[in-house]
Amino acid sequence: MSVASTQPRPSPAPQQAGAGRDERLAGVSVLVRLLQRPELGALIGALAVYLLFASVDATPGHLFTSIAGMQNWTDAASTYGIMAVAVALLMIGGEFDLSAGVMTGTSGLLLGMLITRQQVNVWVAIVAVLIFAGIIGAANGMLVVRTKLPSFIITLATFFVLRGVDVGVTRLLTNTVRFDISDQAPGFVSAQSIFGSTFLAPYNFQDAVLWWIAITVIATVVLTQTTFGNWIFAVGGDANAARAVGVPVSRTKVILFMYTAISAAVVGIMVALRFKGIQSGQGVGLEFFYIIAAVVGGCLLTGGYGSAIGASLGALIIGFAQIGIIFANWDSNWYYTFLGVILFVAVGVNTLVRRRAASARR
Amino acid sequence: MSQSKNGVPLLEVRNVSKYFGSVIALRDISMQVHAGEVTCVLGDNGAGKSTLIKILSGVHPHDEGELLVDGKSVRFGGPREARAAGISVVFQDLATVPLMSIWRNFFLGSEPTVGFGPARRLDTGFAKRVMREEMGKMGIDVRDPNQAVGTLSGGERQAVAIARAVYFGAKVLILDEPTSALGVRQSGIVLKYVVQARERGLGVIFITHNPHHAYPVGDRFVLLNRGKLMGAYAKHETSLEELTRMMAGGEELERLSRELEKLAADPEMKQVARELREEAR
Repeated sequence: MSVASTQPRPSPAPQQAGAGRDERLAGVSVLVRLLQRPELGALIGALAVYLLFASVDATPGHLFTSIAGMQNWTDAASTYGIMAVAVALLMIGGEFDLSAGVMTGTSGLLLGMLITRQQVNVWVAIVAVLIFAGIIGAANGMLVVRTKLPSFIITLATFFVLRGVDVGVTRLLTNTVRFDISDQAPGFVSAQSIFGSTFLAPYNFQDAVLWWIAITVIATVVLTQTTFGNWIFAVGGDANAARAVGVPVSRTKVILFMYTAISAAVVGIMVALRFKGIQSGQGVGLEFFYIIAAVVGGCLLTGGYGSAIGASLGALIIGFAQIGIIFANWDSNWYYTFLGVILFVAVGVNTLVRRRAASARR
Repeated sequence: MSQSKNGVPLLEVRNVSKYFGSVIALRDISMQVHAGEVTCVLGDNGAGKSTLIKILSGVHPHDEGELLVDGKSVRFGGPREARAAGISVVFQDLATVPLMSIWRNFFLGSEPTVGFGPARRLDTGFAKRVMREEMGKMGIDVRDPNQAVGTLSGGERQAVAIARAVYFGAKVLILDEPTSALGVRQSGIVLKYVVQARERGLGVIFITHNPHHAYPVGDRFVLLNRGKLMGAYAKHETSLEELTRMMAGGEELERLSRELEKLAADPEMKQVARELREEAR
């Protein structure tokens, strides 16, 4: 290598100067451009957490780094990931949805109720649940943009309303806290093959993993390559400035709330079909995991900045931690402490980024 | 430029009044904006500058009088209609989204796309190229189009907003207090952009309360006070000192002192009137 470096190399500088202005684009170093990416921190974090749990793995044959282990942590991460991407887009748009967790339960329970009580075809029930979720999301969004109250408060109220409804209605109809869905129901088999089945035969990866990857890719394209994505950044970054140049701020936010609720419905449908039933307490508390994944993935709590890939990496970190702690034979309660520390570090890094990006010089 | 030669102003305000309930926000305002000229609107807080901008930019309809664009009477139904007629406002604080890149800000709300249906996506290459060209015309060489606008200086951020308005077909550019939050150096940079916009044949309305910023770049000066037109001058009809004095309420004080003098029979009142006139200078 040292021999090769003695060869005289043409300096890149005159080339840049001669080729005109556009060449200066390439003049921004790869490192700087990489550091500008919101998901970089999450990528480094995911690698570090992976290496940590690979090294403390106490299972015979080092399960964590095997394909069977991969099946485990992708399973854990997949539904978090589907939701984290939605929550991240909403957060970039400047809003929160604390009802995102409980909505997975409400949707799954509605699906169970329609199938077991109304004897509806599973596919019809799925469509009905998705429409229902769209309406709840739209209601959240409309309340936020109309009242101009913080979405934190509005969706906290939705969260508690739905939480009560979930348990109340389930007990009223079944006298238990659970809807059981029979696999004999019409349309169940075909629906389960899409939402709650597995692929790659000996390892049996969950379908949700494919959904997660597809949603991350689509969300990334929408966010970075489309007009709507531009509006998401703008309404979260400065809603007044966005409105002044003609961005439909309210519509953009309402659509994001609807997307979040519909994502929750998809996850609820997945859970209900996979486990052939759903608990009335399903999803309560999970909203914080989604927010953690989004923030660890580089989203700013104040909006206007973040990425879908980052949120997915955040979900992956949660998956690593959930499975890795079991494989390491630690008390599983350390899981929460671990995520708390990860969140602290991520917020610290994000704040530094924001100061650099947004500090206005007068 | 041709408009100013044949004498038809780009934008004309004729005897416009605006009421908010019983409050008279503007009364009987007239002004003209010509292509390739800077019209400065000067006034203290509460003079009605903001109301005037809002009428010109289509936010509020006017209650009396006429608004003429290229000599034709118009009535705007909203900001979009005003923008379609070529009237663009650059607000001091609402101009740009700090966390977004320069090219994203430049095309925000009017994004260029390629492809159709679900394959429709932003034409990123076009957006970056045009932004660099347009910023280049303002004398700013953007090295990295992905740079966040928040990392630019205050003057440069105004430049992004001005370049954007010009690119999207503004004929009349309204700059709302573009220098009020800036330091001396950055204000100077913004004033340079004001002159540049004028040189490119735009009609510029420069709203400010600082005659020191207005006088060097302005061709016409319109002074507002408490919703009324206090005076309209071409540059050769006035001076920086006179503008400054009028901005400080000097003319009103002087008139008041003359009235007092007429009324004053006793020497004590004469003394008060004399003191008032002194103050007016």
